[in-house]
Amino acid sequence: MTERVTGAQAMVRALEELDAQVVFGIPGGAILPAYDPIFDSKRLRHILVRHEQGAGHAATGYAQATGRVGVCMATSGPGATNLVTPIADAYMDSVPLVAITGQVPSAAIGTDAFQEADICGITMPITKHNFLVQNPADIPRILTEAFHIASTGRPGPVLVDIPKDALQAQTDFTWPVEMQLPGYRPAAKPHGKQVREAARLMVDAKRPVLYVGGGVLKAHAAEELRRLAEVSGIPVVTTLMARGAFPDSHPQHMGMPGMHGSVGAVAALQRSDLLVALGARFDDRVTGKLSSFAPGATVVHADIDPAEISKNRTADVPIVGDVREVIADLIIAIEAEHEAGRQGDYAAWWKQCNGWKKTYPLGYDEHEDGTLVPQYVIDRLGKICGPDTVIVAGVGQHQMWASQFISYEKPYTWINSGGLGTMGFAVPAAMGAKVGRPDALVWAVDGDGCFQMTNQELTTCAIEGIPIKVAVINNGSLGMVRQWQTLFYEGRYSNTDLKAGRSQYLPDFVMLAEAMGCVGLRCDAADDVDATIEKAMAVDDAPVVVDFVVGKDAMVWPMVAAGTSNDDIKIARETAPDFDYEMGEVVDGE
Amino acid sequence: MSRHTLSVLVENKPGVLARVAALFSRRGFNIDSLAVGPTEHSDVSRMTIVVNVEDLPLEQVTKQLNKLINVLKVVELDTESAVQRELMLVKVKADQATRSQVLEVVQVFRAKVVDVATDAVTIEVTGTADKLDAFIRVLEPYGIRELVQSGVVAVGRGARSITDRTLRSVERTA
Repeated sequence: MTERVTGAQAMVRALEELDAQVVFGIPGGAILPAYDPIFDSKRLRHILVRHEQGAGHAATGYAQATGRVGVCMATSGPGATNLVTPIADAYMDSVPLVAITGQVPSAAIGTDAFQEADICGITMPITKHNFLVQNPADIPRILTEAFHIASTGRPGPVLVDIPKDALQAQTDFTWPVEMQLPGYRPAAKPHGKQVREAARLMVDAKRPVLYVGGGVLKAHAAEELRRLAEVSGIPVVTTLMARGAFPDSHPQHMGMPGMHGSVGAVAALQRSDLLVALGARFDDRVTGKLSSFAPGATVVHADIDPAEISKNRTADVPIVGDVREVIADLIIAIEAEHEAGRQGDYAAWWKQCNGWKKTYPLGYDEHEDGTLVPQYVIDRLGKICGPDTVIVAGVGQHQMWASQFISYEKPYTWINSGGLGTMGFAVPAAMGAKVGRPDALVWAVDGDGCFQMTNQELTTCAIEGIPIKVAVINNGSLGMVRQWQTLFYEGRYSNTDLKAGRSQYLPDFVMLAEAMGCVGLRCDAADDVDATIEKAMAVDDAPVVVDFVVGKDAMVWPMVAAGTSNDDIKIARETAPDFDYEMGEVVDGE
Repeated sequence: MSRHTLSVLVENKPGVLARVAALFSRRGFNIDSLAVGPTEHSDVSRMTIVVNVEDLPLEQVTKQLNKLINVLKVVELDTESAVQRELMLVKVKADQATRSQVLEVVQVFRAKVVDVATDAVTIEVTGTADKLDAFIRVLEPYGIRELVQSGVVAVGRGARSITDRTLRSVERTA
């Protein structure tokens, strides 16, 4: 079918055909022609956000909650540059995102025209790919390619920059269109020989660990992972990006590794003789000092992106492929090993692992000054909301506590900014998650520092009918930075006190919430936590903000200080666990 | 550190050179030389990139290059089994007293005089980096006024082509 349309109409038609469903954005001069046909579209819901950064993170939250491509839109110049942070965020966390930006008319490109920015140049290192449309006839094909690139292989953000004259020009719309991507060949089939070699190492190993990263969620492989874990009997750790990929309550789950991981997960990696990395990338927050990471381990590394393999840690058995296929093939190969009479014997290893779990569980202390304990708030929130709730975190202490003290039983119930560590992620990302899964209960767990970066999207939520809930863990300071100042800067709290000596916090978050059309609640005592959460849960027709006023001295433990070895993990200030504590001792009942 | 020559086939589209150059600088790899030009297929350009890196970073840069959507193929050309050439234009002082000596050097190196003025000649010379270095050393005493050099271009020896299969795939999608 071919019909005569404008470039803008072609764009909207293509987005409809690509089943984009939702677009988060803000109009402006250069993108204005696109907004005219959006006004008439029945199949495309446009959500008018209050800041383009909100549009980008909302699209990311939508994509992370649904597995679909998230779409955001902005005008040229400042509109486009406001998308830079969410695009970089999506790049680091491999999120399928398509960003559409208006550009000044093609004749004006390169003249420093009003609201001109070279957004393709700016986003080159933070996109999987980007396009500058040269010809309006290319719009449907380029959008098709953008969706394809964003969502296949290792997912990532793709930017499409469309000059205003291309949106205004008449062109032919034909659908479907053929892609022209001769240089794009995602996902090879996992190599059978490598998979069999990995399976052989797994049954031969004495101390193996499945090191599970966010790729397992991207590949929709949580079911397969569970089967692999149970068939093989190997302990599992899930990284910050993989929380929910394997049930926290599963007896084989050792917890989260990394800078603020559990002692059990960190010790298991350090003492392992075989790491089976599945969709994980040996990030510095997981490995600590790289040269001392898991020194005795042989490494099997499965990833869809060949460039991740042996980037940080040399892989002994590299497997390139979709991790879902890799895991499915591994299960078959492990079963074949079992049938041939070769079974892994991890009894001694499990005794050690269970010893760590039992001796060093996650925990927190009451505050001497009687202030509300943030970990307690988050712990209760998780217990009251249950395993179907989608938790969306900002970045900082509250993020780490939310990853530690909430039990994740199901995939896609934990959304956060892992790689870039973008403060202000939570509110807009929760908005996007709620749009993508309107029937799910969506809680943002945010810090007071983060909240002040992007809370304007609560107005969007109120107007558009997106009833998210926000727990502001308000300690009146930039808590994670303050923690580092406590530990590494002799308690010199330079510019981390957001209250700045005032007794009253500015702004008043309850009043701020109400000003934005939300319900505002406050809680500053442990006895009121449950009731306040219940009260927030009872509201279903408006967004809710709960200001949890907590003590400022709580710290995130365990901790591996930046640049140090995982072996030097601390469970409290100047307190190190003893990995060998349980060696040779019998732990009852394990 | 060792020198490696990469032949990179890319789609002939705007901005591709910027993508490749940006990738090298962002990942911290130094480009010794770079030459870009058309191939036997108008939609495909070929870059010859010489980098000075260890083997492991080289593998990483090759993988990163392959991830660029506009990159069709990356091949490392082995120095032993590839023909590598650079082109140099050099303007040398040459008056009546020295001109004949300069022309002798030109002959010995099988170079070519492409422009003559009363007190200078401009010489075109092609060859390997070693040959060009030697050429410059011999001419230096006469006074080099200006020098411009291309990047290395290289092609594997023998009948095999690295482009034909790639070009077929481009033709299919075009």
